[in-house]
Amino acid sequence: MSTHDPHSDVVVHGEGELPDRFDDPGLHEHKPRQADVDPKVAKRVERQVLFLFTLSILGTIGVVWAYFALPPGETPDSMRTSNVVLGVCLALSLLGIGIGGNHYIKVLMSNREYVEERHEQRSSDETREIAVQMLKDGAQDSGLSRRGALVGAGLTALALFPLAIVVPLIGNVGEDWNVRKFKHTMWKKGTRLATDPQGRPIKASDVTIGDVWHVIPDGLNELEHGKLDEKAKAIVLLVRLDPRDLKSDQSPAGETWGYDGIVAYSKVCTHVGCPVALYEQQTHHLLCPCHQSTFDVADACKVVFGPAKRPLPQLPITVDDEGYLVAQSDFHEPVGPSFWERATK
Amino acid sequence: MSELKTPPSGGAKAAAATADYLDQRTGVGNAVKFFARKVFPDHWSFFLGEIALYSFVTLLISGVFLTLFFVPSMSEVTYPTEGVWATMRGVEMSEAFSSTLRLSFEVRGGLLMRQIHHWAALVFMAAIVVHMMRVFFTGAFRKPREINWVVGFVLLILGLAAGFSGYSLPDDVLSGNGLRITDGVIKAIPIIGSYMSYFVFGGEFPGHDLIPRLFTVHILLVPGLILALIGLHLFLMVMHKHTQYPGSGRKNTNVVGYPAVPVYAGKLLFNFFVVFGVIALMAGTMTINPVWNYGPYDPSPVSAGAQPDWYMLFLEGALRLMPGATEVMIGPYTLSLNVIIPAMIVPGILFTALAAYPFLEAFATGDKSEHHVLDRPRNRPFRTAFGVALLVAFFILVLAGSNDLIATHFHLSINDITWTFRVFLFLGPWIAFVVTKRICLGLQRKDRELVLHGHETGRIVRFASGEYIEVHKPLDAHERWLRVQHEAVRPLEIEPAEDSRGVRRKGYKADRMRQRLSQLFYEDRVEPVTPAEVAAAHGHDEHDEQHTAIEGHGQPAGVGASAHGAEPDGETAPDGRNS
Amino acid sequence: MKALAARRHDRRAPALLLLLALLLVGGAYAVLVPSSADAATTKTATADDVATGEKLFQANCATCHGASASGTASAPSLIGVGAAAVDFQVGTGRMPMQSDGPQAPSKPVVFDDEQISQLAAYVASLGVGPAIPTEDMVDPSKGDPANGMALFRTNCAMCHNAVGAGGALSQGKFAPNLWETTPTHIYEAMLTGPQSMPVFNDANLTPEEKRNIIAFIDEQGEVSPGGLDLGSIGPVSEGLWAWVVGLGLLIGISVWIGAKSS
Repeated sequence: MSTHDPHSDVVVHGEGELPDRFDDPGLHEHKPRQADVDPKVAKRVERQVLFLFTLSILGTIGVVWAYFALPPGETPDSMRTSNVVLGVCLALSLLGIGIGGNHYIKVLMSNREYVEERHEQRSSDETREIAVQMLKDGAQDSGLSRRGALVGAGLTALALFPLAIVVPLIGNVGEDWNVRKFKHTMWKKGTRLATDPQGRPIKASDVTIGDVWHVIPDGLNELEHGKLDEKAKAIVLLVRLDPRDLKSDQSPAGETWGYDGIVAYSKVCTHVGCPVALYEQQTHHLLCPCHQSTFDVADACKVVFGPAKRPLPQLPITVDDEGYLVAQSDFHEPVGPSFWERATK
Repeated sequence: MSELKTPPSGGAKAAAATADYLDQRTGVGNAVKFFARKVFPDHWSFFLGEIALYSFVTLLISGVFLTLFFVPSMSEVTYPTEGVWATMRGVEMSEAFSSTLRLSFEVRGGLLMRQIHHWAALVFMAAIVVHMMRVFFTGAFRKPREINWVVGFVLLILGLAAGFSGYSLPDDVLSGNGLRITDGVIKAIPIIGSYMSYFVFGGEFPGHDLIPRLFTVHILLVPGLILALIGLHLFLMVMHKHTQYPGSGRKNTNVVGYPAVPVYAGKLLFNFFVVFGVIALMAGTMTINPVWNYGPYDPSPVSAGAQPDWYMLFLEGALRLMPGATEVMIGPYTLSLNVIIPAMIVPGILFTALAAYPFLEAFATGDKSEHHVLDRPRNRPFRTAFGVALLVAFFILVLAGSNDLIATHFHLSINDITWTFRVFLFLGPWIAFVVTKRICLGLQRKDRELVLHGHETGRIVRFASGEYIEVHKPLDAHERWLRVQHEAVRPLEIEPAEDSRGVRRKGYKADRMRQRLSQLFYEDRVEPVTPAEVAAAHGHDEHDEQHTAIEGHGQPAGVGASAHGAEPDGETAPDGRNS
Repeated sequence: MKALAARRHDRRAPALLLLLALLLVGGAYAVLVPSSADAATTKTATADDVATGEKLFQANCATCHGASASGTASAPSLIGVGAAAVDFQVGTGRMPMQSDGPQAPSKPVVFDDEQISQLAAYVASLGVGPAIPTEDMVDPSKGDPANGMALFRTNCAMCHNAVGAGGALSQGKFAPNLWETTPTHIYEAMLTGPQSMPVFNDANLTPEEKRNIIAFIDEQGEVSPGGLDLGSIGPVSEGLWAWVVGLGLLIGISVWIGAKSS
């Protein structure tokens, strides 16, 4: 129970008139810690800190020992052992110092609080006046105020100079800047469809209902240059549906882009370009694992859910003389995410 | 100067000679004089920034190690058929990926350093966010610290850039798909999108330039900028002197705390070891970014659970939530609002709101004075509620970015989750705002209650008249000061639209807008207790009746208790033992 | 200890011990037998098996799949699905289905191995379909895990996660974790395409490639070189642990450092 009288703090001004605000009672009285008054406690804490620092020394020795004695080796087990022992010893070495030092500061270092005055950030009026005067003098000495044309030319030169750096620097960054490449892939008339990643050409007779085939153009794996660039655009997903389930595909009137229930669609999402690879056999839905755009393969790959707007472009396919699936042509529209001039010629 | 009886030891002599040498050439004495006993306030939440700083130092140390072994190249190599990792034998991969495998599996301590680096990056971003929350909710960004808030904000953005560029360096499938998404987002930029994509990737995605470019960004540009800005951040902190929490003796004109030497410097030193130690412990025991699970980048595969590191997850979430129908055609041109809105506009709004808040609040408050004593978050209901609303929006987006994992772990439908988050992205922040504001006002009322009537003691006393009453123990002066020290900011008052002659005043509209903003911020408030109210409360017998609403609404606070008049000798405890 | 010692002298003890021994033998039988049973069915399915299988089918499956196994509105036809489909669906407990849901999850298995092989024999007798693979076809030690990983990444990882930890499909369906699935069941799943899963026929993934995939999965979900694997589900769990463990510990220590010593 406090013996403090709450009324005593309310300073009475004049005749019973109370102030608007309470007064700050001032800093707490400094209370000594146990370790300040009891040498035994201080001694104990000293021993604790000593122990922690010793632990750190042992940790460091442990790291060096483990470095030589526990190489990562050849198996996941030996790698894990090496990593765990090194990591835990390093942590001991560091935490021993960190916790020990902080413990010492908390308990044994003086904890007397000090008060320092603050000053306004702004400089004094006098300083400001001097500063302004200095600048004026400087301007005067420069003699520029009388030479307007010179200043203008100088500023223009300064403003233009960065171009000398930026143009060569930026100019090459985009290599050939030929953004029309977005609109074409390496699929062309007669390119065989091959399995990804093996590159085996696919026979139409091998494709059964309920299958899903991840497809690359035949010959992609043999490309010398830009293999990944081409692959990034050319990947295709091939499925065979029961022709009764196939509601529609993207073939224009009078043409057939599928073959006996087999349809091929670009695997690059029309949202932001993830591979839309997740095919649900029963619902014929294709799901993108990145942002969950869902496309209906049975219905021309139209979007049924998620952030994509456009259907996945269809690759027109047919079979060649040997029964292999081949492309009729390239895609009839750019694959992948939308860009500004996507639909232009 | 000193009159030492014992002659100084050899060590002391050498130290003195060195100090003299240095001082004569650098004037270091002045710096020591300035710094050595400078006072720094102490509070656990002031270490949050230090955690960020030291995880950055940890990043630098481990990062230097990694650069010694990492090869930033996209040229193709084949993992040796006798290589240590069975599932990679004979697989084609970029040099970046193969060197990452080598430094993980074959370089001694390499895996530990890689894991330290990645965990430190996650902790770095988390510490920045928590530090920023502390600064925000306590109002530490107010004059004169607005510029330092902006510096901190830029550091946050640079941290994101550093994290993102580093995450992609190993050239694995997971980060590669992240880059592919980035490419999709860049292409969505109107008019210049495809050229921007070429600019970033040096041609078509993925090209051959990206990893070396990201490497330069990651180890030179961004860390250089971060270092420079950390310097500025700390310089401004020292110049301003640190803020302090309210409490007895803590004023706007002083700073109370421990001297730099030895306490603050000691903590500064040892905290580094604590932060590095905790990160080392994590790296030793928990796998992070096991790129050998994902395999080298190839544009065809993708794995379930394709997500970025946590600090980018909100963007992923925004992309997942946006319905696709918003992509529109303008003539022959495609405008992908389904990408632009979530990937650029939503984060733009979140970040602009964050960066501009100090200026917005200063404008609404019309306050030009310096503030060095922090706010208790409850005393600024609007700000606290606004901050919580922003956080809730961020958190919902993070959850939306994890919706597939939520679906599998809680056996829910991913479609339902997406729809729920679509709704909650709009509802959540509003609910959070209203609830937080009510909680703040409630806490303030609780403070008033305590100051006016003291702590409940649970002791019931019976008067001679038969009336029962609970004895309340008054707050001591320190406890009370904490609850009454703040100023309740009231909405701005402006001059009327027309002067006495009925002429419309110039600038009235701007003033009116400012007043509206100010009302939004400060209309609902609870005023701190005044001495008169305490006197009145104690003077009133039926002490339970005066809990009438104290908060003002549009006008200065009505004071319920004052109507009852003051009887200076009244006490809650009839027997006077309480006083 | 005393209580145990006292019980040892209880006259019911022999009976209890006998019961325990029986359970042990039964358990051991259950654990040891399936492999041989699998192998047996692939070789010889007698007319007897088919007949018993038909009885089992009529009692347990015909309600949904129809008396002639030609399917109803609520369940697909089983003609031509083969023994592999039955062994997978019944052997992982997915069938018989217990309740309607987004998909039939694996459950404790209802039938014993003999019954499963009899059911499989009956369904296989209805029409030609994929057979149960032999031990040799699913032996992980004979596969190439590196090739398996490359194939797994392209064909499986988008649903089952990079190392087979599982993932979400649409509308509450999911691709399960594969770490506890037996090699035979993995093979059968690829061959028959159960539920949402598409089929990977032998032209798409050759038997050898299927075995490579099994060899890859066999190595997953065990020891991670970096320490705890945190579920192998990627950056989300890493972020969660960075906050909980990393920031949790650091803020905890900060509070300790900032607190005044008593």
